[in-house]
Amino acid sequence: MNLTLKIWRQKNAQDKGKMESFNVSDVSPDMSFLEMLDVLNEQLTRKGIDPIHFDHDCREGICGMCSMVINGRPHGPKDLITTCQLHMRSFKEGDVISIEPWRAGAFPVIKDLVVDRTSFDRIIQAGGYVNVNTGGIPDANAIPIAKKIADEAMDAAACIGCGACVAACKNASAMLFVSAKVSQLALLPQGQVERQTRVEKMVAQMDKEGFGACTNTGACEAECPKGISLTNIARLNREFFSAKLTSDNI
Amino acid sequence: MSTVLNSKVPAGPLADKWSKHKFDLKVVNPSNKRKYDIIVVGTGLAGASAAASFGELGYNVKAFCFQDSPRRAHSIAAQGGINAAKNYQNDGDSIFRLFYDTVKGGDYRSREANVYRLAQVSVDIIDQCVAQGVPFARDYGGLLANRSFGGAQVSRTFYARGQTGQQLLLGAYSAISRQIANGKVKMYNRSEMLDVVLVDGKARGIITRNLITGEIESHSAHAVVLATGGYGNVFFLSTNAMGSNVTAAWRAHKKGAFFANPCFTQIHPTCIPVSGDHQSKLTLMSESLRNDGRVWVPKKGIKGLTAKDSVKIAEADRDYYLERRYPSFGNLVPRDVASRNAKNVCDEGRGVGATGLAVFLDFADAIKRDGRDTIEAKYGNLFDMYQQITGDNPYEMPMMIYPAVHYTMGGLWVDYNLMTTVPGLYATGECNFSDHGANRLGASALMQGLADGYFVIPYTIGDYLATLGHEKVETTHEAFVQAEKEVRDRINTLMNINGEKTVDDFHKELGKIMWEYCGMSRSEEGLKKAKGMVQELKTEFWKNVKVVGGTDELNMSLEKANRVADFLELGELMIDDAMVRAESCGGHFREESQTPEGEALRIDDKFSFVSAWEFAGDNSPENLHKEDLVFENVKLTQRSYK
Repeated sequence: MNLTLKIWRQKNAQDKGKMESFNVSDVSPDMSFLEMLDVLNEQLTRKGIDPIHFDHDCREGICGMCSMVINGRPHGPKDLITTCQLHMRSFKEGDVISIEPWRAGAFPVIKDLVVDRTSFDRIIQAGGYVNVNTGGIPDANAIPIAKKIADEAMDAAACIGCGACVAACKNASAMLFVSAKVSQLALLPQGQVERQTRVEKMVAQMDKEGFGACTNTGACEAECPKGISLTNIARLNREFFSAKLTSDNI
Repeated sequence: MSTVLNSKVPAGPLADKWSKHKFDLKVVNPSNKRKYDIIVVGTGLAGASAAASFGELGYNVKAFCFQDSPRRAHSIAAQGGINAAKNYQNDGDSIFRLFYDTVKGGDYRSREANVYRLAQVSVDIIDQCVAQGVPFARDYGGLLANRSFGGAQVSRTFYARGQTGQQLLLGAYSAISRQIANGKVKMYNRSEMLDVVLVDGKARGIITRNLITGEIESHSAHAVVLATGGYGNVFFLSTNAMGSNVTAAWRAHKKGAFFANPCFTQIHPTCIPVSGDHQSKLTLMSESLRNDGRVWVPKKGIKGLTAKDSVKIAEADRDYYLERRYPSFGNLVPRDVASRNAKNVCDEGRGVGATGLAVFLDFADAIKRDGRDTIEAKYGNLFDMYQQITGDNPYEMPMMIYPAVHYTMGGLWVDYNLMTTVPGLYATGECNFSDHGANRLGASALMQGLADGYFVIPYTIGDYLATLGHEKVETTHEAFVQAEKEVRDRINTLMNINGEKTVDDFHKELGKIMWEYCGMSRSEEGLKKAKGMVQELKTEFWKNVKVVGGTDELNMSLEKANRVADFLELGELMIDDAMVRAESCGGHFREESQTPEGEALRIDDKFSFVSAWEFAGDNSPENLHKEDLVFENVKLTQRSYK
């Protein structure tokens, strides 16, 4: 099939950036979306034009690196998959496809479709862990954990940190991402000791990074490639209020 | 044994070696640790766990990754699980059994003492991960669940759904994030190591390129740890991430670190086949599918047979070749046997699909026997993923699968302390050669990465540092200046060639040569031919590659060119190594070495050694050193799956 791509091009963080049009021909329906861009990039390179820069790595939908807004939707038109898992059979002859980077103040554009997501790393560094050193740990079976709780923790832990939730939110809120980590550790016995300080520190860092407030529109859940549930945000709010009522940790 | 290689395996009974060695190792006293700097390159399981543990001990750590965050490393893609000799299932597992299975599975080409230590510390890994909040699968009583994996006779594999690698990596990522917050680890994202710097013969730092600004930077330290993963992308198509590369390990090799068993690569039998020239990578489908799927091709080749049409083929016209050739193991033969047989039937012209490079994996009988619901409960997510990628529905027609490169057992040669032949330079995880011999067992890669990072190198590195002294080397030292210049010159050379072919053109060509002649099946004649082809390709690369963009900006074209230049050199070494190893062993089949029935024939009296290659200059053949493998605790047997 033959397609017209309208792609965001921005030379660097200082550049203003603009949409540019490209035509690609002979696109096979068996190609992944990123392979279609590879084909375009090979064409551009042969002409001596700088290829379109985009983040990608595992191409199996788990590393969380790929990050494109395709026709207005983070990770494209299909639910529950990342951009790298999207295949061209989801498009048809003559389609015009727009491709843009994640748009959020806390995710500044580096080049073309590549954005800086280190704000997510800093939120985790603020408290998204259990304070244990290597070694001197009790046996793994010393604390039984109900299967239901372990499964719920796993549901939250499945977050790949791609940032689609932020890109989908009209406020560019990071609540779904933060709540996934807060929930995972609040559910497990290992996370109990620092339960209150953790949520307070992570929320404070989230605000500091400039992410917007959550107004419960649910766009994040709808666009999350891993189906992280809005329930986690409810849990985060409960954890946060309870921490603020009983502690003055930060 | 060669005089150069000293494995430093401690004397004494196997079970006591590690605890005795830990006592014999020198230690750096707690208040002195802050005087030492350690560089860790790569933040997958082996790198993040080491960096975090060093930081906890009090060392100053600089960690580097080329991705945008340490959480992206390709360890994240491991699906199946992690082995540990916990014996929670009361089914007779033990440290010795895990050790024995790993040595045997590696086809007797690994070092006994290293593997035994791996089995010993495996139990601590699970404790550590649970304490970090890794949500492993659990039974209704709340205790940890296990499954059997990769043909093991006991259930010792711990798992977190089909995302075990992700959860373990996020555990290690949380540990390194904590040390970043504490100021003990300084993290350099989007940075690629382009050389290692030696001062007085010791590793004292690295040269990196900041991938955003293009700046070439020098970093000095007392020791350097490479945890940079495997080199499967030398084949262009593999299950590795797109960015996985050999550059850090290869530069270290060219600075004196021996490269061990480069030809030992693992080919995984159940991957989604190539759909066309546009293919950029291959996707693994879990091996567990072979528990219920039946592998077949038509008895007589049918060009372009689709999965949809295959259901019309009569039972009598199908060849369930694994069940026919291996009646006792059937579809559950080990990875290498399943892969080789798939290649053979395709070479005979009986392959299926548009390319003829695929075989069927058919669930029709399983669905008839157990019902669709049962199969869906077991494999639902895999079936969905398959349909997503191929557009075919595996509930209604067979899957198509084909082998793909998945893991590299070879890597930098290390001694028992995980130190390479360059003092102060260490290699951990898939980056080294140490534990898997000629073939890695399922659920063992995660185990080795975390064993090295959490429980081995934090001990062994102290022994080296304690004798080194804590004086720092400034990055103004001439060794850094010289290394920086070499890196810059090479980048400028690449940028100025301005040829006709793209980096991917070369990479794809290299991949085809390696896959054809140095993949699953090798012969002397083919290897000779391949060597000439790779040499020619390398010469052409440096004359005719086209790299666009600038040096002082994010330039993914340049990044790839740097990596492919190194793959071209590694490819030639892999071919040399495959030539020397004139036996069929583990993951690879040497055509001159087979039994009368056409099965792999290992030759222990000639090839019980680790090949370790020493770089000898850009246009000279490498020197081969051999570390003889001595087996005192296991008896060598030929594998049979008939």
